[in-house]
This record gives sequence, C-alpha cells and structure tokens, in this order.
Amino acid sequence: MADSPLPETPTPEPMAPVAVDEFQLLSKQAEGSTYGIPLAVLVELTHRCPLQCPYCSNPVELEASSKELTTAEWLRVIDELAEIGVLQIHFSGGEPTARKDLVDLVRRASEAGLYSNLITSAVMLTRDKLEALADAGLNHVQISIQGAESRVADRVGGFRNGHVKKLEVARWVKELDLPLTVNAVMHRQNLAQLPQIIDLAVSLRAARLEVANVQYYGWALKNRQALMPSRAQMEECTRVVEAARARLHGIMEIDYVIPDYYAERPKQCMGGWGRQFFNISPAGKVLPCHAAESITGLEFDSVRGNKSIRWIWDNSEAFNLYRGVDWMPEPCRSCAFKEIDFGGCRCQAFALTGSARNADPACVKSEHHARLFAVAHEAASGGDGFLYRNFSGGTPEKTGG
Amino acid sequence: MSEAENPRPEAPCPEDGIERLRVTPESRPKLPRHVMLRHDKTRDRWLILAPERVLAPEPTAVELLRLADGKRSLREIAEELAAIYAAPAEVIEADALEMFQDLADRGFLTLAREARDG
Repeated sequence: MADSPLPETPTPEPMAPVAVDEFQLLSKQAEGSTYGIPLAVLVELTHRCPLQCPYCSNPVELEASSKELTTAEWLRVIDELAEIGVLQIHFSGGEPTARKDLVDLVRRASEAGLYSNLITSAVMLTRDKLEALADAGLNHVQISIQGAESRVADRVGGFRNGHVKKLEVARWVKELDLPLTVNAVMHRQNLAQLPQIIDLAVSLRAARLEVANVQYYGWALKNRQALMPSRAQMEECTRVVEAARARLHGIMEIDYVIPDYYAERPKQCMGGWGRQFFNISPAGKVLPCHAAESITGLEFDSVRGNKSIRWIWDNSEAFNLYRGVDWMPEPCRSCAFKEIDFGGCRCQAFALTGSARNADPACVKSEHHARLFAVAHEAASGGDGFLYRNFSGGTPEKTGG
Repeated sequence: MSEAENPRPEAPCPEDGIERLRVTPESRPKLPRHVMLRHDKTRDRWLILAPERVLAPEPTAVELLRLADGKRSLREIAEELAAIYAAPAEVIEADALEMFQDLADRGFLTLAREARDG
C-alpha cells in the first residue's frame, strides 16, 4: 500500500518498517509540512514508579505527586486533545498504573475516540485491573523488560521479583486479546541477553519488540559509565537484530534504536522539535519531548494556564525556539541533511556541549563529535555499579552484598 | 488450490503470533479489534490506527478494507470491486493479496477461521 503525502498535516507513517525512538511514536515527516497537530501524544501521568531503572527517561528532578494534575484536569485534557485532532494517546509515567484513576482516564479517551496505549512496567497490575482497563477501551499494552531473566532484570529495575511478575502480566494481556509490545532498553549490562530477549518476546506473542539502546541524558547520563556498551558489542547487537528481523518476518516486528554515541549522523529526534510530537508532564506542562525540561532556561506552558493546548503547540516560545531550520547555526545551517535530522537531539546537544542550539554531537560534523567517541570508549570500560533513579536524587547500588 | 472446497478455512491455521499468516484468495480477512479504519475529520482522510502507528491507506486500499468483514473472501472482495469499477478482477485480486499480506505481516490483519456455512 503506497502512501500519499497529506498537504498541510503531519503525514502518517508510510507502510514500511522504520526504526522509532523509544518515545518517537510516529516516524518521518513529509517535506513541506506545516506544524499540524500531532497524531499521537504521550501523557506522563505521574513520575511515581516502583522501579528504579538507572536509565529512566524522566527528568532527574522528578515531579512530586502533590503537583500532579487532578482527575478532572486530565479528563479535560483528554477531551481537548481529541477535539483538536490528536488520534492516539499513550498513557505513560513514571508508572501510569500508580494513578488510581487510570481506568477512568482510559474510558474517557475511548469515549472521545482516541486510540489508547498503556506504557507500563506491569508490576503493579492485577488481572482484574487489566481487565477493567480492557473493558474501558484500552487498545494496546506495552510492557518493559529489563533483561531476559530475573537475575539481570531485577537488578537493573531495582525491584525484586519484578521480572516474573511482568511475564505473568504479559500472558494476561494476550488472554484478554490485547495486542502486546515488549520494550527492552538495552545497555552494556544486558546486551549479551538480546537473543534470549527476542525469543522471550516471541514466546509472549508480542507483535512488536522495541530494542532501544539507552539514550544518554538525564538519569542515563548519570549512569553512563555503567551502561555504555563497547563498539564491538554494538555491532554484535545490530547483527542479532538484523538476523531476527529476517527470521521473524510476519511474526514479530522489531524496532531498533542504536546508541548514537557510535553513530555518524544524529537521529531525527522526536521527528524534529515541535514538528509532530508533544508530551504532557505529570504537572501539566506541554513539552516538545519528554526530556525537554533538562534544557535549563526554557519556559514551558502548562495546561493549567489560560492557554489552550492548540495555542501552546502553535504559538508558545518553547515550541517555536528550535522548530524547522531557521534557528540553526553552522554546521547545520548549510547541511544537506538539515531537513532530515533537524540537527538531532536538542537535549543531547545541551547536555554535552552546553548549548541546545549546537548540532547534536552525535553528528560527525559537530566539533564535539570526536570527544563523544572518546567518552563512549572510556565509559564502556567504567564500573558496573548503578545510581538508581528515585525522588531523592538517586541512590548508589550497594555492592558486594 | 483445492482448499476452496475445504469447509475448514485457510490452509495454515497458525497460532496467532507464533507463525506467519498466509493470505490466499480464499482467506476472509478482517481487521483485528486493535486495528481501526477510521475517517479522520480533522485531516479529512481515512486512516488506520494501530499500535504506535498511524497508516494512511490509498483510496483503493480503503475500498478493500471496508469490505474486509471476515465474511467475504478476498476473491469475493476483488470481484465486488471489479463489478463496481469495471476493472479486471484478477488485477484487483493480485493487488489485494499483496496489501492484505503486508497488513498481516505487520500484525494488523486476522483471517476469519470458522466455517462459513455451518
């Protein structure tokens, strides 16, 4: 089935497999697009989570539960999203099932005609709760796993017996006839298990597997020395994924994200800043990406203010700051790829070069690129101890015990 | 091609998710409950909503999908469209096979299994 570009709207994905970022829910954008409202939105209902993964994509400064939007506020947001033309809603966190009102939110999304996806660690779900979510109209479940077996997985998640629980929930998902995606975030300490992780996902009857190498900002940047793979490991990982894709054609799709420290060109992060994606933080901030708050000095509008979400998308300063290509300095400004990668990841540029306007150092044209390679190489032989993610700024893993 | 006489459905009747679904002219395709064909008012076009994907089918594909109800076989769907559009049924059938197999390979299609006439 061919795909014809839509004039003046974000173009839905053509029918060809594409690699997507962990949170990039739609892929490439057609040229000449204006910034029509995104097809999919990620809502981070809470930052509370029983797991403590050292690469968590939430900001290092987690939002306290007292700041979270109320049920009434989320219901209003869901209606507004549907009204302005959003089609898919991804309920995420933190752990979205930590919200007691999740079933009500899913039901409202369903009533509003939104296609709903639950992105969960699964460890807080009961079968009754999952069934209630399915009855409320939930369309899809994505469960994260941290390894192929308990020893590695429970250590990475910092949560005892989590892995076994996840497998149980994955079976309930299929019993309830819901489609399942397995999300595996990969790094040095679990990459050796990738073949087993792929087999596990097949046996769980996942229709999709996301093999997402850690992206290094926020918590993952703090844990870079414990997570960074070697280049050889990375190449092996790519071989394993490619072989599995060929073998599993028609059985399970595999989306693959390589760590861009070893890339030559940056990823098209979020499809470009403010082009086809936004997310809403637990406190209601409307963000161009889930890590955008890591860029200090930016002000983000909130759904609690007097502005509509549509207005924020179209007009807010933060969304327009790095939108399109006009903001770019060199080497991006004269680059032939500038409308393909949009300069890469703003958060990574900020974290590693000190300015979010710079080219993503994952790009060979960045003056910081060589250093990035050196950093990766050095980090790959770092210590294995984690700094676990939590509300008190992180807790170092106890070793030798 | 004697499967056509078989009261049981499509030759391969794999367990969902473990084997590849094979679409044949006798298959009776339909979208599974987690894949929705929907007209989007905001953008004024038909879209397929699927897990973490939004697909934009061409008009011909939309016609095929709207007839894919799990009751009609792929061949019947092609014949029906051939009659409406005065086009050769074989051509439509070949295109339909390709499109439905592609959807099946992505997990966006099921094939009705129960025998049709009892």
